[in-house]
Amino acid sequence: MNTVIEASGLGKRYGRRWALADCTLAVPAGRVTGLVGPNGAGKSTLLQLAAGLLEPDSGGIRVLGKPPARTPAQLGRVGFLAQDAPVYAGLSVAGHLRMGAWLNHGWDTEFAKRRISDLGLNLQQRAGSLSGGQRAQLALTLATAKRPELLLLDEPVASLDPLARREFLRDLMETVAEQQVSVVLSSHLIADIERVCDYLIVLTASRVRLAGETEALLATHHRLSGPRRDPRTLRASWEVIEESHVGKQSTLLVRTSEPVLDPAWTVRPVSLEDLVLAYMSQPGDAARADLTGLEIAS
Amino acid sequence: MIRFAWIRFRAQAAVGAGVLAIAAIVLLVTGIQLARAYDAAAAVCKQQGNCAGLFNAFLTQGYFTAGKLLGAAGLAVPGLIGMFWGAPLVARELETGTFRLAWTQGVTRTRWLAAKLAIAGVAAIAAGELFTLMVNWWSSPIHKANAGYTAFTSGSFHSGVAPAGYAAFAFALGVTAGLLIRRTLPAMAVTLAVFTAVIIAFPIWVRPHLIPPARTTSALSLASLAVTGSTSDGHLLLTTHTATGLPGAWVISSQVTTPDGRAASSEPAGPCGTSSASAQACNDYIESLHLRQTVTYQPASRYWAFQWIETAVYLALALALAGFCFWWINRNRSTELNIRRPRTRQPAPAL
Repeated sequence: MNTVIEASGLGKRYGRRWALADCTLAVPAGRVTGLVGPNGAGKSTLLQLAAGLLEPDSGGIRVLGKPPARTPAQLGRVGFLAQDAPVYAGLSVAGHLRMGAWLNHGWDTEFAKRRISDLGLNLQQRAGSLSGGQRAQLALTLATAKRPELLLLDEPVASLDPLARREFLRDLMETVAEQQVSVVLSSHLIADIERVCDYLIVLTASRVRLAGETEALLATHHRLSGPRRDPRTLRASWEVIEESHVGKQSTLLVRTSEPVLDPAWTVRPVSLEDLVLAYMSQPGDAARADLTGLEIAS
Repeated sequence: MIRFAWIRFRAQAAVGAGVLAIAAIVLLVTGIQLARAYDAAAAVCKQQGNCAGLFNAFLTQGYFTAGKLLGAAGLAVPGLIGMFWGAPLVARELETGTFRLAWTQGVTRTRWLAAKLAIAGVAAIAAGELFTLMVNWWSSPIHKANAGYTAFTSGSFHSGVAPAGYAAFAFALGVTAGLLIRRTLPAMAVTLAVFTAVIIAFPIWVRPHLIPPARTTSALSLASLAVTGSTSDGHLLLTTHTATGLPGAWVISSQVTTPDGRAASSEPAGPCGTSSASAQACNDYIESLHLRQTVTYQPASRYWAFQWIETAVYLALALALAGFCFWWINRNRSTELNIRRPRTRQPAPAL
């Protein structure tokens, strides 16, 4: 598997608190990867480490095979959209495009101009007076018009209203299809991830809980309900992610690549949201985290 | 990057240039009046053959006070440059989060900072020196009229090249404070406080030692005595005029001693201490002591040497601060640069 981000034992400390500790993961190339997890899981820290805005306090990270942000060439290969999409309030939209052209070797002027006019932004308008959605679009234009190989988006739609959010994501997908760029997008909103991502990484307290192609994950997880059973009597190839036993009824979330043939079970598909929630609410389990870590590294 | 640095600095540069232009117009108008007043007064006093009162004429018209205020303004300008051009340079980017945009473009942080420092730094030095030249031109009639005037004193230099050094230092100080404090307003306050402290402390503790002072010892002449009398415990009290034989020199200290090297104040006051004795008796007594006067001073000829050394010292400080900024910005890619961390951790995932 080709990777765009490889982290091993990666840690970052703010004062005495570790925002990210001993994080080992690999993000595949050519995908739109959703990085999902609760607040404080270290998603934003991880992306800022990958963009070179932060320097690790432990472990290491390689982005596109190289340490992040050391050289102009490496900076040019990675596009970054920071949380809340910072732009220069006093600078016009056209000024931002000029900045992009001056500061990036691979800047695609045509692409940038076309995007801005497609979005209907006024070139003379100051960025400070743009709406949240427009500002995010401007920041995305800056991040994509430099023609990066990897695009890092830190909670790009968190501050947008539902309509702006939908537009932003649709537009992002069009851009990604056009540029064939690898994308890593963090969010705590699973609906957004589901809409755009074909690869999923669930991060809880710096640990990778789950990683895999979205479709494959949905195809191998099943919600089973049936008469109460002792979990120990289940098939050995089933991995029970979540279980609840009420009265005579057992409900399980299992991971298995085999079809469930036992007629005693009622099998229902799992939504991505249920799946992610089930993994996130698992108790800290180092063995499982290591297992999934190995799985994605292979 | 240099073009973008200029675009970012343009608005502040325009404000600075506007302020300088207003100052220039005011100084030009009043400066021409002042020069005319000087010419008129000088013509009159030359006719009368007595120009001793020329300076007093300006004193009464308030020009002298205005000149002193302008001298102080000449020191305030570097401070303002540090506050309004230096402190926000990096602090505002850190405060508003735009550093995340700037530092993920295709230029390294070193180049980013170098371009910003170069553009605004050159403007700071030019503005500081320009204002000094304007004030210098304005006050030249007062200096001409004041026979005892010397720019070479214990105070800070208001003229020459040193103010350019002050401006460079204040600017670098502002940038450094902004980088360390990461907030514009506190950085401005710290810049002002530190700059004021340095500009006051430097002439007191550093400047006298830039070149070892000269020393001259001569017999004390009665003409150089300003005050004679007695201390409360009956010893001789003498106060001398500033060294009259050293025009334009910066006198650091003046001591009166006995021939065997003891301070004159260790002698009994004698007739100088009693009001009944005549001034002549006091003078005779002082002459009988054969006192000597030792003056420690910097000769007037060293004025430009001091200017250049002081400028070099301030420029070196500015460069050291700039070097620190480069080191810090590359080393400390870290911690609190990430200002908006959620303080509380929610127990349940917010989905």
